[in-house]
Amino acid sequence: MSERIVSEKPVMLVTGSRKGIGRYLCEYYLEKGYLVEGCSRGDSDLKNASYKHHEVDVADERAVRLMVADITKRHGRIDVVLNNAAIASMNHILLTPAKSADRMLSVNVTGTMLVCRDAAKVMIRRKYGRIVNFTTIVAPIALAGEAIYAASKSAVVTFTRILAFELGQWGITCNSFGATPIMTDMIKGVPQDKIDAVVNNLAIKRLGTNFDCANVCDFFINPGSDNITGQVIYLGGVT
Amino acid sequence: MIERSAALNIVIASIQEVFAQTGTDAPGALTEDTVLVGKDAVLDSLGVVSLIVEVEQRVESDHNASVTLANDKAMSARNSPFRTVGVLTDHVVAMVAEVSAS
Repeated sequence: MSERIVSEKPVMLVTGSRKGIGRYLCEYYLEKGYLVEGCSRGDSDLKNASYKHHEVDVADERAVRLMVADITKRHGRIDVVLNNAAIASMNHILLTPAKSADRMLSVNVTGTMLVCRDAAKVMIRRKYGRIVNFTTIVAPIALAGEAIYAASKSAVVTFTRILAFELGQWGITCNSFGATPIMTDMIKGVPQDKIDAVVNNLAIKRLGTNFDCANVCDFFINPGSDNITGQVIYLGGVT
Repeated sequence: MIERSAALNIVIASIQEVFAQTGTDAPGALTEDTVLVGKDAVLDSLGVVSLIVEVEQRVESDHNASVTLANDKAMSARNSPFRTVGVLTDHVVAMVAEVSAS
């Protein structure tokens, strides 16, 4: 096999990186010295010599494959994947169109699977990898109005648990992380009283923060966390 | 595009690499008829997974073609495109041609 370029710095792929939590995590890990590759359906205004943005829909199999191939060609490695990309649509199930459900499942479940699959093929080479798939507390708390979104994120948790067993032999850990509500575009359409009701039922009665997310990711992606896999951590006391 | 002889070399080198990774010796003579899947296979199921990933990486690295060998067509085919070294070689040639044409 021909000689590959392998970057000295660790390489991280963050999906859904254009705004919100994904954007924050890109900036956070750029500060920590990672080479960060981000993707979203739209362009990003994040300018940093160590950042490259890919306009990719994670549900598009070919686009994901080409993105990972491009990262591999330039860096020769992928150390960490933060699968943050997701779409949500708060709606009573009796008013949920099939197309909306299909799209949520496609992006949240299939998209997560595609990114994990193609990134893991690269991680295998170095027998090292850290995958963190984002879920949500609305699944374990069974929040009315989020049936399909929550179902898709429950699928992500189960997928991640099994992925941990399938990839463990290559030194790749796979974990899930579920945040409490954070004021991002994803929940801007959710009525305030609904958000307040969720927060009031938490052990820690406050909204989540972007740093809460980074803090859990720090734990999961730490090289020392090589025996932490197949786990799910929820913020706010949710189990 | 990829020459069939080059694809065959990649498949054989990849099998040897998979055995090397597990610390065991590859079977002495790897030929086009060497069975990879099913009865008399030289690899177990995880070995086949490793082999497919290894072949994809070598094709990408040496021939600048990003292919997914385990695509829908391959996984639903009546006869597995991974069953022997020769059949896998043909599959690699076909997949690279498909990617090159798109």
